[in-house]
Amino acid sequence: MTKTGKPTLADEIREATGVDVAECYQCGKCSAGCPMARYMDMGPSQIMRLVQIGTDEARRRLLASTALWSCVGCLTCTQRCPKDLDPAAVIDALREMANREGTVPHDQKRILKFHEAFLKNVEYAGRMSEVPLTGLYKMTSGDLFSDVLLAPVMLAKGKLPLVPRVIRGRKEIRRIFKACLRKEDE
Amino acid sequence: MTTIGYYPGCSLHGTGRELDMSIRAVAEVAGVILTEIDDWNCCGASAAHSLNHNLAVALPYRNLALAEEQGLTEVLAPCAACFSRLKGTTVRLRRSDALLETMRGITEHDYHGTVRILSMIDFGSRLLDEGLAEKLTAPLDGLKVAPYYGCLLARGEEIVEGYDAEQPTGMDAALEAAGCEIVPWNFAVECCGGGFSMSLTEAVVDLSNAILTDAEEAGADALVTSCPMCHSNLDMRQRTINEAGLGPHNLPILYLSEVLGLAAGLQPERLGLDRHFVDAMRVAERSA
Repeated sequence: MTKTGKPTLADEIREATGVDVAECYQCGKCSAGCPMARYMDMGPSQIMRLVQIGTDEARRRLLASTALWSCVGCLTCTQRCPKDLDPAAVIDALREMANREGTVPHDQKRILKFHEAFLKNVEYAGRMSEVPLTGLYKMTSGDLFSDVLLAPVMLAKGKLPLVPRVIRGRKEIRRIFKACLRKEDE
Repeated sequence: MTTIGYYPGCSLHGTGRELDMSIRAVAEVAGVILTEIDDWNCCGASAAHSLNHNLAVALPYRNLALAEEQGLTEVLAPCAACFSRLKGTTVRLRRSDALLETMRGITEHDYHGTVRILSMIDFGSRLLDEGLAEKLTAPLDGLKVAPYYGCLLARGEEIVEGYDAEQPTGMDAALEAAGCEIVPWNFAVECCGGGFSMSLTEAVVDLSNAILTDAEEAGADALVTSCPMCHSNLDMRQRTINEAGLGPHNLPILYLSEVLGLAAGLQPERLGLDRHFVDAMRVAERSA
């Protein structure tokens, strides 16, 4: 908490994840082991440091970071943290904030579009099916022509079912989606 | 006869079809009945925990609740991502009553925490104990394999209970029982690029190339995985990797359940070995 009583970024992160970033002593083990570090503008240890700093400028840099989107969720950072902190959960929380505040960097939008297409598919049918997922992703991301040559081979190998998978409880799934999105607004 | 609940997950009806086929076939040989959770839904995978933390728990929660309502106490979740999401949810619910209350409200299901989630590694060991060991009458004659765990079958202490995260050995006993020789190698827990197959393909190409290269340098005839996402990155994308000027690789990527099925003398087609992108049928010739 700041002197004015306004929660700090570290408070927001603790509220969302239970992680106290003050405990991070910047050993760098998480960044050293991160398989995606070379695709990121900052590694997990730098993300932890910026949350500790917590100024408006630090917050702005964090929420515009490509690292939030290039994180593949492999949990290497969390597994190896000598302080038992959970950088992967901190990144998840920051990614949600960035998406809510609309600060997703332009060159990371493909990844956001993929996640959104995936969830749309699940919200509608209860399960993911390759054809509608790929179709929706390609339409919304503009990434139209990659992998088109894979489709016929997948079909021939029986790996591309054309009839989408749909569950009986899809109304229930839609209600669950609505309730989760409502919680978000609270 | 032993009954184990089954959560195939979305991939096993599409890209990971041979994993489903081989699991069902080896369970039958071992005399284990697999009962699919009726009307299961997607676990939310990377997409849900990337965008909405409540959804990331609520989607697995509904499956746990359905399994409990249907009287299933153990459920196999073969896909590493599904396993990590489902088992991770059981861990979180155990830690927090408040989360349990929130999920009860969101899903309108009352879950009481009675379901145990099994990974493919747990399942392999279990089948051996259930009598599969004596039925492996066609061992693979010293096939050299690199056991690949990737990320989500190795990470999270409370999730992978009892297995070492950096040097896992959970598949060794089953592979040795199937007559394989395990090669020492360095990339058993490195990431393949996971769910970025379509949205960040260049990362998948780089990371999977490094895994294939190390397995080949270690002298492996095949790499063994238990994850459909890793399989699709390493098998389906192997050509993309070669076309990018890397490799060239020609390494069959097998599922643990396919290896067990071959060693049990099952026809390779029944296990889906003819559905791979990199020829895997040649491995079948090794079985005695």
